[in-house]
Amino acid sequence: MLKYILKRLGLSIIILLGVSIIVYTLVRCMPFDYVEQEIAKRGGQNKAILQETMEALYKTTGLKDPIIVGYGKWLWNLCRLDLGKSYTSGDDVINVIADHMGTSFAIAFFAMIFEYLIAIPLGVTAATHQYSIRDYVVTILVVIGLSLPSFFFARLLQGLFAANLGWFPVQGMVTTGYETGFEWLGSILWHMVLPMVSIIVLGIGGTMRYTRTNMLEVLNSDYIRTARAKGLGEGKVIYKHAFRNTMIPIVTMLAGVLPGLFSGSMITEEIFGIDGIGRIALRATTNVDVPFIMGYNMFLAFLSVIGVLLSDLMYMVVDPRVKLA
Amino acid sequence: MDEKKHPNEMNAEGEPFVKAPVADTVTNPPVTKELEVPKETEAEEVREEKKFEDRDVFANVESGEPLDDGETPLDKNVKLMSPARMVLRRFFRSKLSIIGLVMVVGIIVFCWFGPVVYQRWGEIQVDYEGELDTSVRPITVEDDGDTYTFYRAIESRSLTLKKSAPSPSHLLGTDEQGTDVFVRLMYGGQRSLLISFIAVFAIAIVGIIFGGIAGYFGGWVDNLIMRICDILMCLPGLPILLIIGTMLDGLGISSSSRMYYLMIFLTIFSWGGTARLVRGQLLFLREQEYMVAAEAMGFSVGRKIFMHLVPNVMPQLIVSMSLSLGSMILYEASLSYLGMGVPPPYASWGGMVNATNDPNVLRDHFHIWGPPGICIIIAVLGFNFVGDGLRDALDPKMRR
Repeated sequence: MLKYILKRLGLSIIILLGVSIIVYTLVRCMPFDYVEQEIAKRGGQNKAILQETMEALYKTTGLKDPIIVGYGKWLWNLCRLDLGKSYTSGDDVINVIADHMGTSFAIAFFAMIFEYLIAIPLGVTAATHQYSIRDYVVTILVVIGLSLPSFFFARLLQGLFAANLGWFPVQGMVTTGYETGFEWLGSILWHMVLPMVSIIVLGIGGTMRYTRTNMLEVLNSDYIRTARAKGLGEGKVIYKHAFRNTMIPIVTMLAGVLPGLFSGSMITEEIFGIDGIGRIALRATTNVDVPFIMGYNMFLAFLSVIGVLLSDLMYMVVDPRVKLA
Repeated sequence: MDEKKHPNEMNAEGEPFVKAPVADTVTNPPVTKELEVPKETEAEEVREEKKFEDRDVFANVESGEPLDDGETPLDKNVKLMSPARMVLRRFFRSKLSIIGLVMVVGIIVFCWFGPVVYQRWGEIQVDYEGELDTSVRPITVEDDGDTYTFYRAIESRSLTLKKSAPSPSHLLGTDEQGTDVFVRLMYGGQRSLLISFIAVFAIAIVGIIFGGIAGYFGGWVDNLIMRICDILMCLPGLPILLIIGTMLDGLGISSSSRMYYLMIFLTIFSWGGTARLVRGQLLFLREQEYMVAAEAMGFSVGRKIFMHLVPNVMPQLIVSMSLSLGSMILYEASLSYLGMGVPPPYASWGGMVNATNDPNVLRDHFHIWGPPGICIIIAVLGFNFVGDGLRDALDPKMRR
């Protein structure tokens, strides 16, 4: 067990190293003068300040050094969590990430709860009534959910319900003026309706399909036949014997998804003007904010590595039959 | 039918001849006629085959003789069907896959034949027939205690016809540059679909090569390639492609060649999944008997991998390709929407939805950004339906 975890941890470090090499190489492919020119364009008009910014940039990322030395420098700084200063926000990258990931996480987390609350019952009914009308409706909904482009769907919601009908605010997080209290909370909830709906509709398809597939697999297994042969009621068979076993892969997937909730979604946050990490990252990328881009990508890779690790460990915890060497 | 036939030969109804009552031969058509392969409807054929299999066992039990005596060729009484045909028929039995196919074919015909038929406007051709704009303003002048009111009318003609509503000359109106939305829809579709097609094919080829090598050789080669796949799968997709977009800006890549770079980078960062799929299948296939035979024949490694193993992975690969076509279209559209994909002035579906950054367009001009979004949905939905249908048709476990 311990040996397995150590092995997985070693593998994760190798993956992170690989990602860091790719990210660094890509950033190195950008010409220096282009970076400098972009920084100058975004407010660094003062020669001295520009000079200072560039110095700081070269110091943390080692962009002026030969590539191996520069990479080593950057990696060393990365290990010390010194990611440099983001010059679109004027703060340390690590602080910017820490400040904004909470917002992204909160939205994604609540959206995920709703998503599972809707998707799991639908997936289960689709599986228990295989090849019925219900199953077909769910299947078609799944495919439509998976086929929607996020930006188009978000814009559609925004254009229809906010811009034309005026039921919901077009953009932003909260109406200015409310600071605390119930009005503040209500205003936030009001602003979050459209982004939530868009995230939920886009994410629900995958979960529904996953539930259905796993439920079907369980329903075809021998112990379900045994349960039926014992004369148990259909409700008991499905909800006590089948559903609990369907939960194993779902909980495993949940553990894998959880870290990814911190990563924010660039497109939805940008469209609805949510002050999350995805929006900051999108702005930083279009403004060639090199330290932030590098830091953010490493952050994302870190989250996905953690996700894979968690879901493997969760699998062992939830399912006692699994024994890993 | 052959005159010299075995007594155990059966008719099409599944009854061995020896068992047929004599009286029945009067009412039934002559035996020789029945022995001809009946022309049945397509749907009957699978059942037909199954019957024959069942009867084989039955006849053997009855007579105690082996049926396959070498005198009657099997294809005389069994209608043979190639696996490809069986797959096709299973595919076309599902309504959803037919709908998907119609959607895909429809969108392809629209994008490639549309511009040939409808040549009224070009992709980046701006309509300079600006609208006549009249503004009337009252001007009040006081003179010697009397007030006079003049009306000043200004007639102006804007240079380009921007954001005009749908009309006979512009079927879906014009966008904020004054170009025809309907025509851009077709050209944009060509570009979006072409990028996705080429990227998916390139991913399949790279995936087959690396997955094939990893799965066949195993050992450290397998380890190395699989670790690279792990790294690629942990890379954040959209942010990395955004960096590449900025990098291409920085390197001063021209608008027209940008799309090729996009395809190359999409391929480089997405082949991991395909390679994994191929490798997983190969690990199973290389233990099969026919691979032992191939080994015994002394075939070269390349021939064994690419002529004997890879063709057996093709069914799964085709399914995954048709499904990933849909996601690749979405991917490309998201990139273009964010302004990092197909650059202006060229059209792409994702880029056309980008017009919604203007709140005015978002509220009042659905005809500019709605149609490209709907086209994306149709194309992706079509490929997903086709992919699902193919998977059901190729997977024998799913047979209904």
